[in-house]
Amino acid sequence: MKFAIIVFPGSNCDHDAYYALKNIGFDVKFIWHKEKKLDNFDGILIPGGFSYGDYLRTGAIAKFSPIMKTVIEQSKKGKIIIGICNGFQILIESGLLPGALITNKNIKFISKQVSLKINSYNSIFTNKISKEKKIIRMPIAHKQGNYTASKDTLKQLEDNDQIIFKYKNNPNGSVSNIAGITNKKRNILGMMPHPERSSDDLLGCNDGGLIFESIIG
Amino acid sequence: MKAKIFIKYKEGILDPQGTVTNKALKSINIKGISSMGIGKYIEMDFKKNIKKNEAISITKDSCNQLLVNPNTETYTFEIED
Repeated sequence: MKFAIIVFPGSNCDHDAYYALKNIGFDVKFIWHKEKKLDNFDGILIPGGFSYGDYLRTGAIAKFSPIMKTVIEQSKKGKIIIGICNGFQILIESGLLPGALITNKNIKFISKQVSLKINSYNSIFTNKISKEKKIIRMPIAHKQGNYTASKDTLKQLEDNDQIIFKYKNNPNGSVSNIAGITNKKRNILGMMPHPERSSDDLLGCNDGGLIFESIIG
Repeated sequence: MKAKIFIKYKEGILDPQGTVTNKALKSINIKGISSMGIGKYIEMDFKKNIKKNEAISITKDSCNQLLVNPNTETYTFEIED
């Protein structure tokens, strides 16, 4: 399977994601945000970081990069897309995922290991993970990760089983403890925690790798 | 001509910065404030040939397409000569 990792000015988890995907057996390539073609890939990963210095709002400027038009086109064709941390923020600003990510409740940048409850195994990102594995652990590192959505949007997320990961102990104030969601078609995943930083036993935990292993099947 | 744009969180959206700053004001004994919100203020200067109605429409386009997140924020603006 071929995966593209989109690189924006300010992306800083691109190499971690490259390592994690390559390690599991994906064919991986970096794609600079000025490029416009993504035809030859099975999946697209938008990594974490501080695209455009987080100016204005996190992810707000990155959505106008030339590559994002193509990402949106590809998303409509059902291509697998993962946005991690700043990548999640970019997907939300681009309108590919609902809701908004606002400043953490305690106004602090939080960098720590968290426990996530797998809220739905009904997604390409989680369906190969053993159901006995109810909790997975990986780090978060963000200031704007407090997920919020209108009551209607929240109800839709719940009714359509789009909430994939929930925090066991809510670190940032996210509504319903939400850590990761998919779109209605279930081909796009956005999550604040960093699976790529928890995808090798050398890092002390391989739980994040389970998500990428689930995709490769 | 200049646009002065005021962006604030919608009601019901958590504004921890406003809440904490309000608490800090209370702690230094400044009284009488019931609540406080912290938003953004943006100024834009227009090119000389731009008329007022064009300035209004440019400001609205800028807010709707980039400057404001309609999910969480609302805005008002003033155009000054």
